[in-house]
Amino acid sequence: MAGDDYESHEHDVLVIGAGGAGLRAAIEAAAQGVSVGLVCKSLLGKAHTVMAEGGIAAALGNVWPEDNWQVHFRDTMRGGKMLNNWRMAQLHAQEAPERVLELERWGALFDRTKDGRILQRDFGGHRYARLAHVGDRTGLEMIRTLQYHGIHQGIDVYMECKIERLLKDGERVCGAFGYWRETGKFVLFKAKAIVLATGGIGKAWKITSNSWEYTGDGHALALWAGADLIDMEFVQFHPTGMVWPPSVRGILVTEGVRGDGGTLRNKNGERFMFNYIPEFFKGETADNEAEADRWYEDKRNNRRTPDLLPRDEVARAINTEVKAGRGSPHGGAFLDICTRRPADYIRKRLPSMYHQFKELADVDITKEPMEVGPTCHYVMGGVRVDADSAAATVPGLFAAGEVAGGMHGANRLGGNSLSDLLVFGRRAGLSAALYAKNRGGQLTVDQGQVEAVAREVIAPFDRAHGENPYALQAELQETMQTLVGIIRTESELREALGKIERLKARAVRVGVDGNRQYNPGWHTALDLKSLLTVAECCATAALERTESRGGHTRDDHPYTDDQWGKVNVVQRLEGADLRLRREALPEMPAELKALFQERK
Amino acid sequence: MATVTMRVFRGDAGGGSFKDYRVEADEGMVVLDVIHRLQATQANDLACRWNCKAGKCGSCSAEVNGKPRLMCMTRMNLFREGEIISVAPIRAFPIIRDLVTNVAYNYEKAKAIPPLRLKPPEADGTYRMMQEDIDRIQEFHKCIECFLCQDVCHVIRDHEAHKKAFAGPRFFIKLAGLEMHPLDAADRTPFVRREAGIGLCNITKCCTEVCPEHIHITDNGIIPLKERMADSFDPIVRLLRRFRGMRKDGA
Repeated sequence: MAGDDYESHEHDVLVIGAGGAGLRAAIEAAAQGVSVGLVCKSLLGKAHTVMAEGGIAAALGNVWPEDNWQVHFRDTMRGGKMLNNWRMAQLHAQEAPERVLELERWGALFDRTKDGRILQRDFGGHRYARLAHVGDRTGLEMIRTLQYHGIHQGIDVYMECKIERLLKDGERVCGAFGYWRETGKFVLFKAKAIVLATGGIGKAWKITSNSWEYTGDGHALALWAGADLIDMEFVQFHPTGMVWPPSVRGILVTEGVRGDGGTLRNKNGERFMFNYIPEFFKGETADNEAEADRWYEDKRNNRRTPDLLPRDEVARAINTEVKAGRGSPHGGAFLDICTRRPADYIRKRLPSMYHQFKELADVDITKEPMEVGPTCHYVMGGVRVDADSAAATVPGLFAAGEVAGGMHGANRLGGNSLSDLLVFGRRAGLSAALYAKNRGGQLTVDQGQVEAVAREVIAPFDRAHGENPYALQAELQETMQTLVGIIRTESELREALGKIERLKARAVRVGVDGNRQYNPGWHTALDLKSLLTVAECCATAALERTESRGGHTRDDHPYTDDQWGKVNVVQRLEGADLRLRREALPEMPAELKALFQERK
Repeated sequence: MATVTMRVFRGDAGGGSFKDYRVEADEGMVVLDVIHRLQATQANDLACRWNCKAGKCGSCSAEVNGKPRLMCMTRMNLFREGEIISVAPIRAFPIIRDLVTNVAYNYEKAKAIPPLRLKPPEADGTYRMMQEDIDRIQEFHKCIECFLCQDVCHVIRDHEAHKKAFAGPRFFIKLAGLEMHPLDAADRTPFVRREAGIGLCNITKCCTEVCPEHIHITDNGIIPLKERMADSFDPIVRLLRRFRGMRKDGA
């Protein structure tokens, strides 16, 4: 076959992706007594979760006893502009505290309150200080804890292995086919159930906080296997990425800076966020600096600072300030914590930010303000799943974490990602294990499917003078950045789709040098297929939604439209064609609806 | 913008050599940016690991002008104008290709470490820990597993035979973190001595010097572990320990 043989492995449950969601899924599946394989594109412990900074949102009520799952649920839904799958948001708010405590029992050491409990920090869109954290390196603590717990659970880990396609036996998934990055050799996994936990799609944009891994693999694998994607128009641009020097543009600056007292200013020194408080959040947001500053200490009698409005609001505000000529020298806004908190406090609470700016930008954040601007950070859209079981619309396929859609609606609140990984990672692992146990029949893999993928995968080597995969990737990133960015409009979206179509045609002509052994050019060439697929899904869905909401802002449709608030955009492949339809949101039960009546 | 000369190792287990590339470096760039530019323009198949490009994942370890470093945190303005910048794979581990090495050794050592054994909870069913009791361990938890400390540790670097019975600095701080963990009930003393081979470390502090997270690996991790080993041999200290109810606050 395609000139070489391949190795083969068989598992009850195969988890693709080893960040927070994948690791948590694998641990849960293993706990059910089934055989589990865990595949990761990088080395174990290097997945994107490691970069998460601010914290894990969970209504533990350690700092503010008033906090509970209902408040967290309400904050999440409002942050998502009410487009979230209500059941996911409910489960998430209810289960997050137990998932955090479980991490602690597995060895995680969160920062403490004075009475020895888990300390919680303020973050955007959360009514109370709610984020369990470790300085500004919470993701590292989380992935290390899961990693070191996971390696003792009898899970088979396949590192630096890339899955190219899911395999199907009739309607059901039955395995996955890919290659080892180290040798370039093929590998087949037969599996009764598959959990996708591959993260996001941010590498389709030029300015992004995401690593090379975020090429939309899981989104594309699911789509190609016949699953539905939802909400792909909603992409979060984190308001605070580094902007200078150019080589670090996009690297994340944690929202914890604002959570711990930092404030945004324009070049005139004005705290401009007071000018951008939307009607929807007026009731809960301070309209003057004195109240905003008091809020950090006294949440009962003051309203939240507008610096901590949800991310979509803050990103748009910075964008507007820069466009109006009030930006910082390198086209961002100033983020100032040095005039507001003592140097020791800053170094203790934000050690990696201190380090990052000092080393990469020659800026001492205890003495000077940072320059920050929006950076592509997270995709709210993803594989459509059943809220309770994390099951996709293809039997045997499950999805959790960023690759799954619905949980965050039109915009995700900071801190809700790490908790999402834990809550739905666990649920996906559990459901996949139960599914695998009950799945009847043999695991039969169709050689035809395998060989077709194998041929496609090695084809770039036959085109030694083909297109440069890096150049194509850069063109796509430029296209998405300029035409499918924070502010969108019909003509630009159409232009983007035209360009994506032409790039797709060129992508089948890419060629690579060298051999199959650890060849990044080849890997980039192969990742182009999924990257182009998710870019097309995003631009198509963005064109369809003729309103502005959360992480989707249309210059030509600047207002939120109530009718659009009742539907998701759902995408699916029919043959080779990407089909799109609008489907009604699941109806929230009355007792949950009542939570939104109580107070503004 | 300036043109720089990068002398990059190209090769695999079968051998290889340094190859010079002339490449443009822009303001603010780090070594990893220049390597990426090389990949995109001159050497598509140049193998290197990286993920976060922000010093958080520990993937892009290499030896830059002979010094073990994270490529993503090594600014180009560190070098003199006209200086040739050599980039080689970390030397302590077998090469796979170009700048990528086989670090499986570290994953095997990780797996061998006895995991946290949880103490029973307090009377109210919860666990409490004071910040001052975990400060030291939180320092160890900053480790990004870049394995630069493993790379410079002469026990690993220069004595292939020792690898079998030596865990290395990364795993000494892992062990120290577990041993000092307020919720842990396991005793890893025999493991630290035998399987982890802490006796082979003669505290040259090379590990501490290269740690990009500035963890005091030797002073705060290895030396307290060594003291613990010594204590466990001393009959008087052992007796005292027993009387004091086997406290394991060591930090």
